[in-house]
Amino acid sequence: MSLEQHLPALQVILPLVSAPLAVLLRHGGFAFAIVTAGSWAAFAIAIGLWLQIGTIDGGIISYQIGSWAPPWGIEYRVDRLASFVLVLVSGIAALVLPWSRASITREIPEDLHYLYYAMFALCLAGLLGITITGDAFNIFVFLEISSLATYVLIALGRDRRALAAAFQYLIMGSIGATFIVIGIGFLYLMTGTLNLADMAIRLRDVESTRSVLAALAFLTVGISLKMALFPLHQWLPNAYTYAPSAVTAFLAATATKVSVYVLIRFYYSVFGDSLVFDQLPLPQIMLWLSLIAMFAASAIAISQDNLKRLFAYSSVGQIGYITLGLSFGSINGLTASIVHLFNHGIAKGAIFLLIGGIVAVTTHRGGAPAALTFDRLAGLSKRMPLTCFGIVISGLSLIGVPGTAGFISKWFLIVAALEQGQYWLVGAILTSSLLAVAYVWRFVEAAYFRSPASPEKIDSPAVNPENEAKKPIAAEAPLSLLVPAWLLVGATIWFGLDTSFTVGSALEAAQQLLGTGK
Amino acid sequence: MLSQFSHLSYVITVFLMIAGLFIVIARGNLIKKLIGLSVFQTSVYLLYLAPGKLLGGTAPILSAQFTVYSNPLPHVLILTAIVVGVATLALGLALAVRIREAYGSIEEDEILAKDNAFENLQEKHA
Repeated sequence: MSLEQHLPALQVILPLVSAPLAVLLRHGGFAFAIVTAGSWAAFAIAIGLWLQIGTIDGGIISYQIGSWAPPWGIEYRVDRLASFVLVLVSGIAALVLPWSRASITREIPEDLHYLYYAMFALCLAGLLGITITGDAFNIFVFLEISSLATYVLIALGRDRRALAAAFQYLIMGSIGATFIVIGIGFLYLMTGTLNLADMAIRLRDVESTRSVLAALAFLTVGISLKMALFPLHQWLPNAYTYAPSAVTAFLAATATKVSVYVLIRFYYSVFGDSLVFDQLPLPQIMLWLSLIAMFAASAIAISQDNLKRLFAYSSVGQIGYITLGLSFGSINGLTASIVHLFNHGIAKGAIFLLIGGIVAVTTHRGGAPAALTFDRLAGLSKRMPLTCFGIVISGLSLIGVPGTAGFISKWFLIVAALEQGQYWLVGAILTSSLLAVAYVWRFVEAAYFRSPASPEKIDSPAVNPENEAKKPIAAEAPLSLLVPAWLLVGATIWFGLDTSFTVGSALEAAQQLLGTGK
Repeated sequence: MLSQFSHLSYVITVFLMIAGLFIVIARGNLIKKLIGLSVFQTSVYLLYLAPGKLLGGTAPILSAQFTVYSNPLPHVLILTAIVVGVATLALGLALAVRIREAYGSIEEDEILAKDNAFENLQEKHA
C-alpha cells in the first residue's frame, strides 16, 4: 500500500503522536518544533484528502483501521463535508501554533510551555478524529480527548478566573458528552452497530420507535451543549475570556464548529432528514433557539465592557446563524450553515489572534494579563494601526458586509429563507446584523475616536526597565504575531471574493448529505 | 418471576442518571458536583452493559456445547468510557485543588462572590 492510501489514518496519528513526544522532550523549543511540524503535516494531509475526494467516484474515502472491514472494525470515512472541516481545523491549528510561540511567553510560565504544546496537539488530534471517524463510539472517545485537553488549555490562563471557567466547562462539557454517549447507547441498542453508515441503513426498520426518538433528543441536547447553542452557552464566555489568547483563538475558530459538524453528521448521515424534520418539532425548536441566539447573544455582546468577552458573546450569536441554516432542511440552508461554519471560523480566529497581539503588547512578561476594557483601548488605533484595522475588517465579516466572507454565508441564508417563503426571516437576519454593527462599532469608537488614556493607565512594558526598547506609545504587535493574524484577515477577504473553494465544497457537501448529488 | 424484574436494570440506570444530574445541578460544592458527575457517568455504564448480558449466555467462544452467547462489545466500549470517566474526575479534582489554592474556597457561591467583588474593585480603580 502506498502512503497515499493511509492519509486518513495519518491525519489523526501525526498530531496525536506529537503530543507524547512533546512531553518526553520536556523542552519548550523542541516541543514547539515537533507539534508545529505535526500540525503542518496534518494541514497538508487535509488538503491532500480534499483533492483526493474530487478524483474519486462517489466522493467518499473509506479507510479501514487495522484492515478490519466495516461495520465490525472502525472505519474512517472522509466525504466532502468531513474534508472541508478537516481543512478548516488543521489550517487554523497550523496558523495558531507558530503564532502562539511569541504569545505564550507572556501568558504561560516558561516551564509549562511543553505541556501547552502537548495539550494543543491532543486537542487538535481529538478534533480531527471527531471529524474523520465513521464510528459513533469513536466520536465520543475523540470528543473526550479534545475536551479534556481543552479544559487544561483554558486552565493555563494566568487569571484565577480561568480555573473557575475551566471547571465550569468541565462540568457542562462532561454532561454534554454523557448525553451524547447515552444517545449513542440507545442507537446501539436499537441497531446493534456503531458504524454510522451501517446504522443509517438499520435505523430505517426501527425509525419511529421511542428509543430512536429519545436517542435523537439526547444527541441534540448533548451536541448543543458542546457547540454552545443559545440557552446552553453558559460555559463559553468565561472560558473564552480567561483562556490564554492562543487557546481562545484556536477554540473559537474550531471547537464549536466541529460540534456543529457532529450535529450535521448525525442529522443527515444517520437519522436522515425525514426522521429529524418530520417526526419531531426539531426544526421549529432550532429555528427559535437560533433566532434568540442571534438577537439575545448579540445584544448582550453590545453591553460588554471587555473586548474578549464581547467577541465571545458574538460567537454565541453567530452559532445561531449556523443552526438557523440547519433548521431549513434544504440544500441552500445546509450550504449556508457549512459556509458560515468556515467563514465565521476564520473571521473569529483572526479577531482573537489580533486581540492576542494587543494582550501581548499590554502585558508585562510574567504578569497577569490586563483585562481589555474599552477604557484601556481608547486611542489604540494610533499605537497599533495594523491590529485595529485587521479587527475592523474581520468585524465587517461578522456583520456580513459585501466583499467579506461573512456576506457570502448570509447571502445563502437569506436565499434559503426566501426559498421557504419566510420573508420575515430575511428581516430578522438583517436586523440582527445591525446588532453586529453595534458591537463592532463599540470597538471602532474606542480605538479610533476616543483620545488615548493618560499614560499611567496603560499597562506598558516600558515600566519594566528590561523592556525599555519597547516603548508603549506607537508599539505595534511584533511581526510574528501580526503575520499569521493578517493571513486569516486576508482569508476573510479572499473567501468573500473568490467563493469557489468554500461555496463549491459546501454545496457539494450539502448535495452529498441530502442525497441529491451525483 | 424473573420477567417481573426484567426492566430492573433500566430503572436503576434511570434513577442513577437523574440522581447524578440532580447533584451536579443542585449542589454548590465543587467536590459534590464531581461526585454527582461521576454517578451520572456511571449510570451510562449500566445502560450499555445490562443489555449485553443474556441470561444463560456464555462468553462468545464458539463451542458445540453452547448456543447462546453474550455480547462482549459493550464491555469493551465501557472499558474505554471508564478510562474517560477516571480522567475527567482526576482533572476535575486537580482543578478543584487549584481553585482552592487560588480562592481559598470550593463553594461555588463564594467563588462567584469573590469574582464579583474583584471586578467591582477593578471598575472603581479604573
